[in-house]
Amino acid sequence: MKKVVWGNILCNDPIAKDVYKMQIQSSEMGPVKAGQFVNIYLEDKSMLLPRPLSICDAEEDSITIVYRIAGKGTRELSAYQAMNQIRVSTPLGNGYFIEGTALGGQIDDYSGKTVVVAGGGIGVPPMVLLARRLKEKGAEVLAAVGFQEEPFLIEELKQYCREVHVATDRGTCGFHGNAVQMIKEKRIDADEYFSCGPKVMLKALSDFCTEKRIHCQVSLEERMGCGYGACVGCTCKIKVKTNQGMEIQQKGVCKHGPVFFGEEVVWDE
Amino acid sequence: MNNLKEMERELDLSVDFAGVLLKNPITTASGTFSARESGEFYDISELGAVITKGVASEPWSGNPTPRIAEVYGGMLNAVGLQNPGVEAFIKEELPYLKQTGTPVIANVAGRTVEEYCSVAERLSETEVAMMEINISCPNVKEGGIGFGTDPKMAAAVTKAVKKVSRKPVIIKLTPNVTDIAEIARAVEAEGADGISLINTLLGMKIDVQRKKPVLANIMGGFSGPAVKPVAVRMVYQVRRAVQVPIIGLGGIMTGEDAAEFIMAGADAVSVGTAALVNPTAPVDILRELKQYMREQGFKTIGEIHEAFMK
Ligand SMILES: Cc1cc2nc3c(=O)[nH]c(=O)nc-3n(C[C@H](O)[C@H](O)[C@H](O)COP(=O)(O)OP(=O)(O)OC[C@H]3O[C@@H](n4cnc5c(N)ncnc54)[C@H](O)[C@@H]3O)c2cc1C
Ligand SMILES: Cc1cc2nc3c(=O)[nH]c(=O)nc-3n(C[C@H](O)[C@H](O)[C@H](O)COP(=O)(O)O)c2cc1C
Ligand code: FES
Repeated sequence: MKKVVWGNILCNDPIAKDVYKMQIQSSEMGPVKAGQFVNIYLEDKSMLLPRPLSICDAEEDSITIVYRIAGKGTRELSAYQAMNQIRVSTPLGNGYFIEGTALGGQIDDYSGKTVVVAGGGIGVPPMVLLARRLKEKGAEVLAAVGFQEEPFLIEELKQYCREVHVATDRGTCGFHGNAVQMIKEKRIDADEYFSCGPKVMLKALSDFCTEKRIHCQVSLEERMGCGYGACVGCTCKIKVKTNQGMEIQQKGVCKHGPVFFGEEVVWDE
Repeated sequence: MNNLKEMERELDLSVDFAGVLLKNPITTASGTFSARESGEFYDISELGAVITKGVASEPWSGNPTPRIAEVYGGMLNAVGLQNPGVEAFIKEELPYLKQTGTPVIANVAGRTVEEYCSVAERLSETEVAMMEINISCPNVKEGGIGFGTDPKMAAAVTKAVKKVSRKPVIIKLTPNVTDIAEIARAVEAEGADGISLINTLLGMKIDVQRKKPVLANIMGGFSGPAVKPVAVRMVYQVRRAVQVPIIGLGGIMTGEDAAEFIMAGADAVSVGTAALVNPTAPVDILRELKQYMREQGFKTIGEIHEAFMK
């Protein structure tokens, strides 16, 4: 059964401007797939709805999340202290298709393959666990990560990636531009690309991969009500092959996603 | 422990709702429950009944995103009744629900009287226990709320649906009216077997940084704890206007909230937004209601009704 549990906050530290890293310990967390997220339920009950946050890394009985202060809820979160308790769901969503799943997915064995994990801004956190899992499956992992100005999680990525390429929009360090421009210009080639970040970036990467005729998996974001598939709040448009040919269907980001294959996503609007 | 079990045995939460026996008065509010997904968090057979997301005769795609906004004390939604259509519901959702043994109340959406009727007729051939006709959704342009705000139209839908339905028909009312009792009397007069209220209030939120509405649809349905006083008042008014049983809902977050609706005159209650805030809310509220009954010395739901001093 999925659950909402009380976890212990082990740490909650700033790692860049307005970006925090929180580790939550709970023996009830269960297995975690890269690309899954958790719902964080806030103490201030005037904020009724949970805040979905991607899982950045996971151990036997703890998860790490990395979040940016975007509004009232994440600001409250940043004030939580180590040793305090927090209400958190067990992992939600499907995560990246890097093992055979009921919904399809890729091969389980990545040996001999090179993959790129491409994160943009607050889309970088889930790349850490993803890089780790891909490496465990034998892949040669390269990271191409973009930030506005201040990079974070670089050391964490270096643990699992042969190369970590950094881009900044303002050119404060690394490549001057975004992560997809960097992938193109520096020819960071791979057999498959994985991504999470702003929609424009995901679309650019998806177009690039479609042109190269290789797969890319992207993690989408949508405003969520429940985060577990009850409210039909978080839909996106996905191209699906049916007996009648190609059809555009509405899929729940929280339930069918948040990860989809780039070529399936209807990007316009 | 023994003592507790003894007391538990003495509690009887069952209610007869329009001839359908519910083992307790807790149901799920339409649009906030999904058989498989909610069932991943708790055993749905513990509930008195489940009320499913609105279904129309054909699939509807709903409104563009963002469809959800949080507001103080509640939320706005502009899902716009996205649904896979009645055939998909019968094929995919109903068999799963049936094997849980929980009575199913199917919520019905429509843009025209004919559309409501065709869904009601089709559902009559299935194992649903009852139907809840949504004439109150603020998120669809035609039909929906238009039927719920005019007593004549509300009566017309009720009459037509009653003619084709072989299951009890519950009419779900909108709070966006001046005189709720008038609408309730109108649908009762045409044979409604039950009434549920309230659906969402029409609301809006503006992002003052971006200077734009938060919802793509601009306006949406307002639900959650902030709407509870409106809902309790309306259940109270409707209880005094009609004889048929009532499902009360709107902002129920705790067992005591459920008891409050029962005192106001509800025979059963639905848990909506609370289930988005906490996936196990329906069963938690059931547990809390039992706890409240034990504390107050109530043995039946009827005793809660009777205890209320108006
Ligand atoms: C599957 C998923 C995974 C996510 N993972 C992360 C993550 O790992 N780290 C991280 O920092 N953020 C992540 N987000 C975004 C995060 O959920 C929002 O930033 C957060 O909910 C904002 O809450 P708030 O109360 O601070 O902001 P609010 O005061 O509610 O809103 C402030 C602003 O935040 C944005 N926002 C609010 N809710 C959402 C939402 N559900 N999705 C996107 N933007 C939103 C809006 O632009 C809004 O204007 C993720 C979102 C999704 C859907
Ligand atoms: C996301 C969402 C979707 C809803 N969809 C429906 C629906 O399909 N049919 C319906 O009759 N009511 C629908 N409602 C209204 C609820 O069933 C309920 O009447 C309302 O939310 C008030 O109860 P609450 O405050 O407990 O949520 C929806 C509400 C929400 C929040
Ligand atoms: S957030 Fe409720 S269905 Fe996805």
